[in-house]
Amino acid sequence: MQGIEVLFMGNNMLRLLDGLWVTLRLSLISIGLSLVIGVVVGAVMLVKNPVVKAICRVYIEIVRIMPQLVWLFIIFFGITKLTGINLNGEMAAVIMLTIWGASEVGDLVRAAFTAIPKHQFESGLSLGLTRVQLYTYVIFPQAIRGLVPDIINLSTRMIKTTALVSLIGVTEVLKVGKQIIDANRFDYPNAALWVYAAIFLMYFLICFPLSLLSRKLTKKRGE
Amino acid sequence: MNMAEHIIDINHLVKRFGDNIILNDLSLSVSKGEVVVLIGPSGCGKSTLLRCLNGLEPIQGGTVMLHGEPVEHGKASLYNIRQKIGMVFQSYDLFPHMTVLKNITLSPLKVQNRSREEVTENAMALLKRVGLEDKANSYPSELSGGQKQRVAIVRSLIMNPDIMLLDEITAALDPEMVHEVLNVVLGLANSGTTMMIVTHEMAFAEAVADRVVFLDGGVIVEEGAPKEFFHDPKTERAQRFLKTFTYSR
Amino acid sequence: MDWSFIQKFAPMYVEAAVLTVTIGVIGILLAVVIGLVCALVKYYRIPVARQIVAVYIELSRNTPLIVQLFFLYFGLPKAGILLSSEACGIIGLAFLGGSYMAESFLSGLRSVGKVQLESAESLGLRRGQVMRYIVIPQAASVSVPALAANVIFLLKETSVFSAVSLADLMYVAKDLIGMYYNTGEALTMLVAAYLVIILPISIVFSVLERRMRRAGN
Repeated sequence: MQGIEVLFMGNNMLRLLDGLWVTLRLSLISIGLSLVIGVVVGAVMLVKNPVVKAICRVYIEIVRIMPQLVWLFIIFFGITKLTGINLNGEMAAVIMLTIWGASEVGDLVRAAFTAIPKHQFESGLSLGLTRVQLYTYVIFPQAIRGLVPDIINLSTRMIKTTALVSLIGVTEVLKVGKQIIDANRFDYPNAALWVYAAIFLMYFLICFPLSLLSRKLTKKRGE
Repeated sequence: MNMAEHIIDINHLVKRFGDNIILNDLSLSVSKGEVVVLIGPSGCGKSTLLRCLNGLEPIQGGTVMLHGEPVEHGKASLYNIRQKIGMVFQSYDLFPHMTVLKNITLSPLKVQNRSREEVTENAMALLKRVGLEDKANSYPSELSGGQKQRVAIVRSLIMNPDIMLLDEITAALDPEMVHEVLNVVLGLANSGTTMMIVTHEMAFAEAVADRVVFLDGGVIVEEGAPKEFFHDPKTERAQRFLKTFTYSR
Repeated sequence: MDWSFIQKFAPMYVEAAVLTVTIGVIGILLAVVIGLVCALVKYYRIPVARQIVAVYIELSRNTPLIVQLFFLYFGLPKAGILLSSEACGIIGLAFLGGSYMAESFLSGLRSVGKVQLESAESLGLRRGQVMRYIVIPQAASVSVPALAANVIFLLKETSVFSAVSLADLMYVAKDLIGMYYNTGEALTMLVAAYLVIILPISIVFSVLERRMRRAGN
């Protein structure tokens, strides 16, 4: 069972953390892009036009029906084949995560606004607020309060999904882990146990606080 | 003076939530056929008292006896005792996934193992008595609040309980439905059903009670016949409480 | 589109799909069992077991399946626990799914109000009877849609099995792309295979859910 030292040998831990940063950077970029695009998708879905609505619905459902890894393959291998542009793994990862994330954010935004009861609009207007004031002071704050916990939740899902990118050759934390294991094959034959346990723990230490925060905010929202 | 058989005997009951004393060394008996109305300011412990009588709350001191048998929270014997105590709650507590008839017949069938024909007949007779025989196959969501509470009363009555405990059963109702429910309760009182009632309807309390018990701060402050209590309360606390129900400008 | 290529390799996809579904179904069934046990432990607040379940749920929900699988497949053998690819897939899916199932069961159980339980109890119903006649029928209408969503989620998660050398759909697709560069065909068959697996289940569930919602009113 010994071999835990491998984690602290040389710059191994530093390399793992570097790999983790690659994962997090990809997640953060994708989350940011998803928020921007998702808000637009959500806003478009609130439009009364049935055709626009249907198109958004179809987009969300198509993204949802396939495993994220299948999408990653389609983008990574398929786009290269189709266009001849050589996408690197990181770009493919960001594209996949953003297409998926934006669809989820869009659905959340739509749900957050439709969840606001009609009488909130009515009582706001009856107090003499203008449309702009109504949205600034009454509607947006409520929608955002409803959205934030769900967005945080989605972020943990996206961070976890980023682990898939090792399968298309991106050198992130899992790949670095494998390199460390391979390099220490003879000196530390048990390295795999500790390296993967450490990576497991790293994901947990990132995602767990986010989950707690999301739960706390959900409770505050009064559900 | 009153040698009638006691249904419920409460002796030196103590109920605490943490450091909060809700019921403090409270003793009270209810005789067969008697209607006792508990009144008092909110938070005085009257609902908690009813819940203790049905073993829904653990108690920290004293005893609650039904026909000389102890009612103890969490004990196996409680299942048998509860069949003899009917309880109706403030919120509509009908089972939403069952029809009215199923709601009523569930526990006579499953707990008392009575025959389906007898139970169904009994249920229909009771529904007729409260004016809801045409609602037997409706679901609770199709009933008004007043109708739901009448069904809840029937659901308890069908067990042939020795005593009915009614916990603010009209508090969540629209005013126009209060009457229909209270009329049912008055009918029960007239036919000799033993009851303990918590209510905020003072006129109803006066009409239905054999004895009024005024609780405040976890103790019985005053008790007596309804006429005396409502028109000539002895204690200052009862006088002050009753004054809150009259308006003048 | 190269039809002869598709014809030639379609049987490989069928085989892989069967493997994916088999392991998926076994893993999901185990997840349901684990989830039910965990939900009951939390619902009845059983001491000690409750804390263990809480830790398990957090570990399972806050780590990616692929990392769980790597630990099972590459890590555990170093501690003397040797698992086949299939066993890893099943255990990993059950470990991940158990926590999701537990939350779905629990939210159903907790949706049945306290007054419902108290009035059932005060009618003299026993604990088991309260569960059977009052809690489960009402909890089901909340739990079933959530459980169905979990099933679809877990079926999709099976796509990472190839990472522990299970010859599943992703594995076959990646192999063919690597060997023949018939990317278009390989990916088309991959998408088709997943659609065949997931689409019918997803349709059945949404019909079921709509019907249950109607029955609930």
